Amino acid sequence: MGKVVVVTSGKGGVGKTTSTAALGAAVAKTGKKVALVDFDVGLRNLDLIMGAERRVVFDLVNVIQGTAKLSQALIRDKRLETLYLLPASQTRDKDALTEEGVAEVIARLRSVFDYVFCDSPAGIERGAQLAMRFADEAVIVTNPEVSSVRDSDRIIGLLDARTMKAEQGELIQKHVLVTRYDAARASRGEMLSIDDVLEILSTPLLGIIPESQDVLRASNLGAPVTLSEPINIAAKAYLEAARRLEGEDLPVVVPFERKGFLERLLGRRAA
Amino acid sequence: MSILDLFKRRTSAPVARERLQLLLAYERQSRGQPDLVSILREEIMAVIAKHVQIDQDYLQVSMDRGATMSTLEIDIQIPNKSAAPLAMAG
Repeated sequence: MGKVVVVTSGKGGVGKTTSTAALGAAVAKTGKKVALVDFDVGLRNLDLIMGAERRVVFDLVNVIQGTAKLSQALIRDKRLETLYLLPASQTRDKDALTEEGVAEVIARLRSVFDYVFCDSPAGIERGAQLAMRFADEAVIVTNPEVSSVRDSDRIIGLLDARTMKAEQGELIQKHVLVTRYDAARASRGEMLSIDDVLEILSTPLLGIIPESQDVLRASNLGAPVTLSEPINIAAKAYLEAARRLEGEDLPVVVPFERKGFLERLLGRRAA
Repeated sequence: MSILDLFKRRTSAPVARERLQLLLAYERQSRGQPDLVSILREEIMAVIAKHVQIDQDYLQVSMDRGATMSTLEIDIQIPNKSAAPLAMAG
């Protein structure tokens, strides 16, 4: 039985889709069978980040409505043979996903794959709730910034209340993944520190992804950053986060920025 | 920017942290509970309806949450025509 992991955040634009692709590819690299499911019906983007946008024929909604088989809708990655994508549909019908339909698709994916990553839409509405509904674990993607942290807190509340596991009285395992971390700004006290974020959310840390041009570059190229060569710092951070997700006890090192000579001379204090 | 500004500049992260902690303490408290204001509204309406006929639209309940104290504002308008107390009849 595979593990179902929802990648969620509440706030949009924090890096859910990028992180789903990067973590999924990192786990698939180790030989595990991985399915990435895009739940953002109407605004799908995981296909684009994965570089599979021109290979989409059928999607999640087709499978749920019975107009396509699951095996027809799954797209196998061209780089990793253990990595698959189930795209979202571009329909504007908000109610295209049903809970029963999602339950069945997830159950079937779980029986075939080692890991099922559900890329949640932003917000706390139906789509986001369906994406987390059958999850065993959750990765909460957070930027070190007030509105993102607040929304993450809200999502943590939902995970503890509205998931199947929570309703059955079990604990859903949650991890915070801090993305777009800018060590220089954090050291100057201009950005919430990792400690601040963790203390406020009181949820364990999965990893810290530094703000990096390499992430944007990977999106431009349509390849998960963890598949890029040579390995850059963002990819390294995602690879380590994936190992922690698989249960490895790997310490997280907070990226730091060496202070420049002028700054040290002026003695600008870090908060 | 003069050199002095560098020394004067206060960092914003501690402010962000403090604001978030205050706000989230609140939001967590009210989370999970059914909406307090609508419960109050319903029960107040029931009490008043026992004695005076009023329309749903004439009862307004609002809650203003502050850091140390919250205020509950109840605004009931009783139209003169239908204000005849029901209890008097019995």
